[in-house]
Amino acid sequence: MSDLDNLLASREMILVAGSGGVGKTTIAAALGIAAAQRHKGKVLVLTVDPARRLASALGLEEVGNAPVRIDPDAFAADGVKVRGEVWVAMLDTKAGWDELIRRHAPDVEVRDAVLTNPLYQNITSRFIHSHEYLAMEQLHDLHATGEFDLVIVDTPPSRNALSILDAPSRMIEFFGSRLLRWLTVPYRSRLFTVASRPFYQVADRVLGSRFLQDIADFFVLFQAMESGFVRRAREVEALLVDPRTAFIVVTTLETAPSHEARFLAQSLTARDMSLGAIVANRVLPEELAGSEAATSAATLLELADGELARDVAETLGGVSVKQTSTVLTQVAARFDDLALVAARESDRRSELAALAPVMLSVPWMSGDIHDVAGLALMAGHLRGTD
Amino acid sequence: MRPALLDLDLLWVTGKGGVGKTTTAAALAEVAARHGRRTLVCEMDAKGALANAFDAGTLAFNPTMVAPGLDAMAMNTEDALREYLRLFVRIPFIGRIGPLAKTFDFVADAAPGVREILGVGKLCYEVRERTYDLIVVDAEASGHIVSQIGAPKVIADLVQVGLVRDQTQWMLDILNDPTRTGVAVVTTPEEMPVTETIDLLGRLTAETGAHPSAVIANRVLPVLFSRREQRIADRLDETLPILTNAAGSGVATVLDAARLTEQRRQTGAGHLDRLRGFLDSAPDLATDLPIITIPELFSRASGPRVVSLVADALTDELDPSTYADEATDEGAGR
Repeated sequence: MSDLDNLLASREMILVAGSGGVGKTTIAAALGIAAAQRHKGKVLVLTVDPARRLASALGLEEVGNAPVRIDPDAFAADGVKVRGEVWVAMLDTKAGWDELIRRHAPDVEVRDAVLTNPLYQNITSRFIHSHEYLAMEQLHDLHATGEFDLVIVDTPPSRNALSILDAPSRMIEFFGSRLLRWLTVPYRSRLFTVASRPFYQVADRVLGSRFLQDIADFFVLFQAMESGFVRRAREVEALLVDPRTAFIVVTTLETAPSHEARFLAQSLTARDMSLGAIVANRVLPEELAGSEAATSAATLLELADGELARDVAETLGGVSVKQTSTVLTQVAARFDDLALVAARESDRRSELAALAPVMLSVPWMSGDIHDVAGLALMAGHLRGTD
Repeated sequence: MRPALLDLDLLWVTGKGGVGKTTTAAALAEVAARHGRRTLVCEMDAKGALANAFDAGTLAFNPTMVAPGLDAMAMNTEDALREYLRLFVRIPFIGRIGPLAKTFDFVADAAPGVREILGVGKLCYEVRERTYDLIVVDAEASGHIVSQIGAPKVIADLVQVGLVRDQTQWMLDILNDPTRTGVAVVTTPEEMPVTETIDLLGRLTAETGAHPSAVIANRVLPVLFSRREQRIADRLDETLPILTNAAGSGVATVLDAARLTEQRRQTGAGHLDRLRGFLDSAPDLATDLPIITIPELFSRASGPRVVSLVADALTDELDPSTYADEATDEGAGR
């Protein structure tokens, strides 16, 4: 079994993390297929915001929290052999929040009051990294159903890759916060505590008491759900350090994403969270950085003006020697550009490899991946069976 | 002649994560400063990327000079709140509101638009005070930019009374004026960044009132060959024995590299065509919304060196006469 196969066999939950634009969603889907190629059972990929063509290739025509199975015929049609079932679901933040409210509301009145509150939608969409938190809520739920052997979560793009790790504790903090206590004070007693008075005055002047009252109304409702929310957030937090959970950090080997990946990998380790693997995506072939190719490129550049161009033009037949010479010159001269990038990539790859037990690379592929065959090809690279 | 983009008072630079937003913002600011505009560049997300771009250690709320005529700052909600309270609420002894600022932080987390409006308010305030000729904002990524620039609109809709409500109007006047405020969307020639760009351009004005003023395509690979030359390049594999004989066994890799580069270029060009198609057909957008391209630099440098190289590339691209050329070229190409 490959390194990746071991990881996919030994864990029940995989969180795919990394900075935006590195191909996290595609890698998450490919990991799902890799798992199904090697193992029987059911694997679920929970994705956040797939490119439209990828979504339709996966059978995700509409946003919805309900998992759908990738049609086995889609695999067969592309000649992809799978032993297990691959299911996919797309995270729907709004529906996810509504679900949380329904679950934690103590009664129908509170539930309906929250769901119809004008601030509700506006607040939940911005509220304390709610995407990240909801992604993990969903992971928790889907894992708890026991319906799947492995759940892979593609984490939402965020300003900071670390914010996903902090999302549950922020939720817990919020319910224990002074803000919530302060906001609800006017309801419990019309007398403000001495400590809150100057702030209330400032806030009142700045924001207007009506707006504060709206917020307070909303949070009083919210507080009725405190115990449920906090309990769940604790469970979700525990999931992050659960031995059945592993993180896979995805990155490209460009400067900024590599930097973010290194930071993320180090932070995971520092927090006793399990870093299963780092995946370098869109990697250039390593031979590009080698000296053999560089020597040939230099020689080619010297010879491109002379007889070589004539020989090449003759062999091709019917092409101009001058143009052939131009082409050879460009091909040789431009080689250094790509070789430089490849050399830098190889350097960064070694740096990252030292941080994780498993380091995987997926080569740059022409075109974007938007079908099952492309994902299977990627899965092959990840499993090292290509 | 100074590029029109840099004649604005406030320029937001956004784009999908990873497309080179910070470097582009820094380079635009540098070009403006080179043209003699007193320029401030401000990082909104406090990641420190802008400080790295100028090799400036750490940036703070108070601007520091990073190049001649160019100051840089990092937005910070708490400092913005302090300044706001000092300027508008006239609360002395700001030190005493320390813990209150912390509590306010919680409100800002929960209440829609409050955190954002402090940042936007600070920028608009600087515009109004005319401390600088141009403020370039290294803004939130395209996923968050609408709630950032749109904060005053949200507040105006949600908050009925109070100081903040009263102050949204002058901010909106600045933000909604296309001759003063613009948004530059940075993308790379790749599927997701282009899709996000199209999505953002479609929503921006309706949801924030601000106007897009340019699309900047970063890391664009140049066309190396004429059509005939390309046909020769495509067939070079047939001459591999001759080439190997002349230049050694590494030639195969050199040819691979050429093929890879051309594939990357073509894939990217396809995405940029999609973007152009959208711009041509979108009825709501200014018809002359330019796509400014920054070539892939293949540079080993980082930090100020890259910013300066991108600024050089932008200086040529931003020249108004180039827009006209580009239009003619395209016309001839089709």
